[in-house]
Amino acid sequence: MTEVLAPRRREVLVSISLVTSVACVVLGVWEFIVWKFDLPKALLPTPGQCWDAAVSERVALFRATISTGFAAFSGLLVAVAVGYGLAVIFSQSRSLRLALFPYVILLQTVPIVAIAPLLIVWSGYTFRTVLIVTAIVCLFPIVNSVTGGLLSTKQDTNDLFRLYGAGRWKRLLHLQIPSSVNHLMLGTKTSSGLAVIGAIVAEFFVGNSTSYDGLGTLMTGWANLLKTDALVSAVFASAMLGVLLFGTVHLISAVFLQRWTKFATTAG
Amino acid sequence: MIRLRGSTLPVTGSGQELVARKNLLIESARVSAIHCQSLSIEYPGGTRAVDKISLKVNPGEIISLIGPSGCGKTTLLRLMAGLEQPTEGTVGLDPPVQVDAGGIAFVFQQPSLLPWRTAIQNVVLPLDLIGKGSPSNRRELAFELLRTVGLENAATRFPAELSGGMRMRVSIARALVTDPHVLLLDEPFAALDDMLRNQLGQLLLELWGKRRFTVVMVTHNIAESVLLSQRIAVMREGTLASVLENPLPHPRNEDIRATVGFGEFYGRVSRALRGE
Repeated sequence: MTEVLAPRRREVLVSISLVTSVACVVLGVWEFIVWKFDLPKALLPTPGQCWDAAVSERVALFRATISTGFAAFSGLLVAVAVGYGLAVIFSQSRSLRLALFPYVILLQTVPIVAIAPLLIVWSGYTFRTVLIVTAIVCLFPIVNSVTGGLLSTKQDTNDLFRLYGAGRWKRLLHLQIPSSVNHLMLGTKTSSGLAVIGAIVAEFFVGNSTSYDGLGTLMTGWANLLKTDALVSAVFASAMLGVLLFGTVHLISAVFLQRWTKFATTAG
Repeated sequence: MIRLRGSTLPVTGSGQELVARKNLLIESARVSAIHCQSLSIEYPGGTRAVDKISLKVNPGEIISLIGPSGCGKTTLLRLMAGLEQPTEGTVGLDPPVQVDAGGIAFVFQQPSLLPWRTAIQNVVLPLDLIGKGSPSNRRELAFELLRTVGLENAATRFPAELSGGMRMRVSIARALVTDPHVLLLDEPFAALDDMLRNQLGQLLLELWGKRRFTVVMVTHNIAESVLLSQRIAVMREGTLASVLENPLPHPRNEDIRATVGFGEFYGRVSRALRGE
């Protein structure tokens, strides 16, 4: 058993050490540039100063990360539910797909910073607005991916279902939905990074009032105060949030949905 | 209790009970003849994949459709399965079977298993689709078929964890789970190596020996068709060139390949394929 695992473990170690090395080099170069050009703290603080700012602002940073994380996660969930529903509808009717799919693409192409102020007019400076913005940003990759998955069944399998007189529902239940799980997880992984972006962009607009605080709110405030060190720490917090969300989706996929995802690429 | 073809049988039990049950299953298996009458199919481009074919497949016989690529043999098989609609002519089964109740089974060139279902769940699939029996009865029946194809120890494995030959066995078990009157096979062993091909051919003969369903098999392989079938229909450019009666006696096994009769009939089929 250890013989089988050994190469894999070595691979993981190599991967970790490579990633760490890159981080060390980047931090070193960063530190060097600040020292060499004697940059002021407001323009570019050193990694150490950013760390200090993160420690001193830890309470605000932690709360904001939790708010943004919750908004991003909820928005992603809404997008999964709505996106999956739309994809199922698209997979069942060609006319509906042709009629509605361009509008889903439109959601993707209209800049979210243009929609956000409009949503505030309709929905107010609330968590709900952040949720809607996040869901809109996350929707397209999920709809696109799942629709593809639901329609990607093989000819032989389709024939098999026809042979046994399987109707629309049985086909959907026993064939299309199971074969779309892998696509759903791929789409959700893509959207998990977008969810954090969507939530923060929404917070830029929503967070100006006191009713809602998130990383986006903190960033706007710190940028106005020229607290660049704290701002950089917030950037790192949001990046980590994105990684965490991606990791969570990956974990759910690997632990609970393995049956549908692990063997998905294997031709029966 | 499980109801199979009108007989009430105990679900559980082993040894004699199971044997008795299996025998009853065999005796009660019904078969159908297939009548194809001036069957044609023309695609929008004007191509006639099948051109006025009339063929009667006798109940309980194994017939092979053989011919060069693109001669329409797969299309003819699909017409028999009802997967294609003829532009002219008719296909009829005698006695008629309820197709969507699993009366006709089809084995594809690829095993075409659902990767997220285990072997036994794949075998159960047709019963799930036609809604026959309770879930436990379905599993019981599927397990019995897996045992018949020698895969009782692989029941809970996923297709990705099985070899190519094992997947094909699962595919055959799945086809037989509805106790079909007619079994249609589309080059089922073409993707396998020679040894597996022979093994599975033998398995097919054994299963047929027990249940005697009507078998139509498309193949490229002359030796396979000579070993397995009673008649061989040679096709050329969408038409039926000739139908040859196989004089070799049943039951057959691999040894028959070494006989003079096998060689002679092989030669006849080969000549018919060349159009001589």
